[in-house]
Amino acid sequence: MKKNYGSKLVTWIDDRFDLTPVRNLLLHKKVPEHRHSVWYYMGGVTLFLFMVQLLTGILLLLYYRPGEDSAYESVRFIVTEVKFGWLIRNVHSWSANLLVLFAFIHMFSVFFSKAYEKPRELTWVTGFITLVFTLAFGFSGYLLPWNELAFFATKVGTDIVGVLPVIGEPLRTFLRGGEDVTGATLSRFFGIHVAILPAIFTVFLGLHLLFIQRQGMHEPESFKKLPEEKKKYIPFFPDFALKDLMLWVIVFNILIFLSLYFPWELGNKADALASAPQGIKPEWYFMFMFQTLKLLPAHVIFIEGELLGVLFFGAAGLIWMLVPFIKVKHKPNWKVQPLVLIGILAVAFIVILTILGYIL
Amino acid sequence: MKLDRRKFLNTLLSLSGIGGVLAVFYPILSFLNPPKSAEPEVNSIKAGLNNEFQANSSKIIKFGRTPVILIKTEDNQYKALSAGCTHLDCIVQYKKDTKQILCACHNGIYDLNGRNVSGPPPRPLEQYDVKVINEEIVITKLG
Repeated sequence: MKKNYGSKLVTWIDDRFDLTPVRNLLLHKKVPEHRHSVWYYMGGVTLFLFMVQLLTGILLLLYYRPGEDSAYESVRFIVTEVKFGWLIRNVHSWSANLLVLFAFIHMFSVFFSKAYEKPRELTWVTGFITLVFTLAFGFSGYLLPWNELAFFATKVGTDIVGVLPVIGEPLRTFLRGGEDVTGATLSRFFGIHVAILPAIFTVFLGLHLLFIQRQGMHEPESFKKLPEEKKKYIPFFPDFALKDLMLWVIVFNILIFLSLYFPWELGNKADALASAPQGIKPEWYFMFMFQTLKLLPAHVIFIEGELLGVLFFGAAGLIWMLVPFIKVKHKPNWKVQPLVLIGILAVAFIVILTILGYIL
Repeated sequence: MKLDRRKFLNTLLSLSGIGGVLAVFYPILSFLNPPKSAEPEVNSIKAGLNNEFQANSSKIIKFGRTPVILIKTEDNQYKALSAGCTHLDCIVQYKKDTKQILCACHNGIYDLNGRNVSGPPPRPLEQYDVKVINEEIVITKLG
């Protein structure tokens, strides 16, 4: 009975919109099976966590009230009064952190398997832009509970922008909605977090996913060299999709576990006139940049240390985004190819400075 | 009825699947339902001094969470009525010229005892008791 109705509905839509492309995708798309296949799932997990963010974010929006006098109180209301409010907020915070983590894992796995090479250059670029916006989500969302830690972290974070020549000062004023971090900054970050970023993010994420569906899964060099009969594939639907789903269920359980046993503190309400408390730190994924700026001397030759740091990260990010377009000659004598070496150095740099940030 | 292994496992899996879905949606649905405010029930409030309140005027006062309109008539009598119109809950106002209570949203009119005289309001406004104690106006819930 049910099946009958279902297929009737599909036929009804098919008659009008011709579902051949969708059917072809579902029936013919296949995923290579090899010893690096596990990395294919990282993007999917990131996507799943983004959907969790979307859902919990919309829920939080029902009770959250931006504003100097209401933001902190409304978050406290959510975690103490609203049924399961503590759960929704904890899931939102934990999912945000896992999302950034998996986005980084996804990015580096793509980098080291050279999946960004022709014809997937734009998939890489849109992915990188999506990551940058993910970080902007993190930065703007961090302030919203309007607690001490977030207040001062935002002060520091927006102040760093001010060291840029010419555009620094206006950009800082724009971000803060004035000279200082005040209720105006909170309103601004709220708008950025719940309206502007979601709109832009959706476009780039949509393109990213579209490109992937259009081109199919990347096959690593070692797999491509195999004779045809040795190449193993699994169908995307239902095999890969179900494996994907199973991993999502596992990640979801981890997410709930973390939210139950490691809840996020709300801390004290931000007070612009109080002195900054000990242990002001950004979210862990900004730690390596924060720590680099801290370690740089005040002046390097004649350039301010902070300015040098900001310019360095800006340039590094830009080059990273354009990696698919950079031609590096294959060095037959090198054990590790130059680009791979750069990747390894980048990972090492991020990991070491992050650790330093927490122990220094 | 023959119960084979596949059927048994499918049933078991579907049941736990439904359980999992419920475990996700129950918190979400509960979250959507706003908690009751912890504000204590108010039975009486003070509404200012008698000699500061002019005759033939009115003001809107918060009585707990419901707005109440307090009116001093021309002959220095007090009237206190719930200020939410019984039609669609707009806040009513006192008209000095006609000595009536008007809801401007849909032209609902009440008399000074809160009776719905004309327009769409279906019920009269709720009355409150007003007393002047030591020159202070005190509004109390009736009954």
